[in-house]
Amino acid sequence: MTEAEVVGRLRSGMTIGIGGWASRRKPMSLVREILRSDLKDLTVVAYGGPEVGLLCAAGKVRKVVFGFVTLDSIPLDPHFRAARQSGSIEVAEYDEGMLQWGLQAAATRLPFLPTRGGLGTLVMDTNPSLRTIADPYGSGDELVAMPAIPLDAALIHMNRADAAGNAQFLGPDPYFDELFAMAAEQTFVSCEKIVPTEQLTAEHHPVTVAIRRLYVDGVVEAPNGAHFTSCVPDYGTDESFQREYAAAAKSPEAWTNFVDTYLSGDEASYQQAVAARETEEKSA
Amino acid sequence: MSQSSNSATRAEVCAVACAEVFRDNGEILASAFGTIPSIGLRLARHTFSPDLMLTDGESSFVKGTWPVGSPADGVVEAWSPFRNVFDVVWSGKRHIIMIPVQIDRFGNVNISALGDHEKPSVQLVGVRGAPGNTVYHPTSYWAASHSPRTFVPKVDMVAGAGTDSAAKAGTGASRHHDLRKVVTNLAVLDFAPDSGAMRLVSVHPGVSIDDVREATGFELEVDGDVPETRLPTDEELALIRDVIDPRGLRNKEVPNE
Repeated sequence: MTEAEVVGRLRSGMTIGIGGWASRRKPMSLVREILRSDLKDLTVVAYGGPEVGLLCAAGKVRKVVFGFVTLDSIPLDPHFRAARQSGSIEVAEYDEGMLQWGLQAAATRLPFLPTRGGLGTLVMDTNPSLRTIADPYGSGDELVAMPAIPLDAALIHMNRADAAGNAQFLGPDPYFDELFAMAAEQTFVSCEKIVPTEQLTAEHHPVTVAIRRLYVDGVVEAPNGAHFTSCVPDYGTDESFQREYAAAAKSPEAWTNFVDTYLSGDEASYQQAVAARETEEKSA
Repeated sequence: MSQSSNSATRAEVCAVACAEVFRDNGEILASAFGTIPSIGLRLARHTFSPDLMLTDGESSFVKGTWPVGSPADGVVEAWSPFRNVFDVVWSGKRHIIMIPVQIDRFGNVNISALGDHEKPSVQLVGVRGAPGNTVYHPTSYWAASHSPRTFVPKVDMVAGAGTDSAAKAGTGASRHHDLRKVVTNLAVLDFAPDSGAMRLVSVHPGVSIDDVREATGFELEVDGDVPETRLPTDEELALIRDVIDPRGLRNKEVPNE
């Protein structure tokens, strides 16, 4: 598939889960395609990084379901921060483990899963629909019934995949991508390279093929598709680009300039602009 | 081990106080945010708490003693992706030192947002793991700058449960709730078992009880005589200065008085 074909399968108002973690292995070429589309009113579910900031800045977001939004080396995404401080988006803020539990419940067709996480904190008050449940086995504990977070679609980025959707991480961490895939009605995987199935395990243990085609509806070959987040070992975070992205939050003019330079064209022109920037940086 | 003749800086006293937080913790995952807590947990494992497990900040547990601010250098002893860290949190085999933006008398902490949560005046990082950490395993705190701005009468958003909030939420919350220590640039504090309120344990050399009171935006429990925080030993000072923090990053977090 292409990025445009994936985004053609999405609709305004959908709940979309985005894999990766902070500024790591985010499906950025798919996110950039959403920026180019007329989609709006999205609910974004994520261990959030710059995809949340970009989608907020483009006015695509109605609600963010999250435990954090960070760029790792830059603690706070300034575009997300601006959206929060202007009150322009709704949020459901959960403990990181509660978010996992909500995805786990959706992935295993349960209405909720019990946890202690969130008790005694304002997570309970800021999510007034959260309910507690008494231990039916008599310990006396009253636990949070973390509701399932079913997704209309999940978008994830991996190092390698076969054409059928078996997908492989080669970096240190699978993050929660498989849960996003299992919690979603439809899952789309972008990857650095599509390879024949036998090549996935020719040099790597099968445990690295963390996404099974059972849960995948389409694969997009997107080299450098996670840019400017990391896709280790293929590449690390583009820290200098990330700083430019964050700095562009300083004024509407700076942001317009950033959008004009990088986001006004298609993915190929984005990658060209990034390559040109790199060349310029090296010669400077 | 001999006691130092005391050339220790405030940052070094703080690092040793953070190390002490992990004494007799047994075989658990020790985690920390901040330079001085990171120095402390490496120091603890290298010396009196050798069973602690530490992450490389990514997805491995690594054995070794490497400098702060540098990539982990040691033997990988286990794989631990984020998924596993959450599992460890919920299993209870972890003790973390977190950094509150706000903390109150009962140890409720805020790292989420200042002001109204619907439209915050300042959006912070989010609750992250604080709700789970505080009800599932031992939790301590580090404040590099002890002031009434951080030590507030009431936090804007309870991201980590304090002693009163956990008790109020019932045994689901309080069964494993275990706030241990609060280490700051001025003092070491804990929570009095009866009242659950923050209590002064020791003051760092050169700091008076009144200094700590003035820097705290609520009433502190003080029982009887408050000792001085212990000084680093010569061995500990050498480890901090030559091995764990040769670049002196600790002095940026807590400048010497």
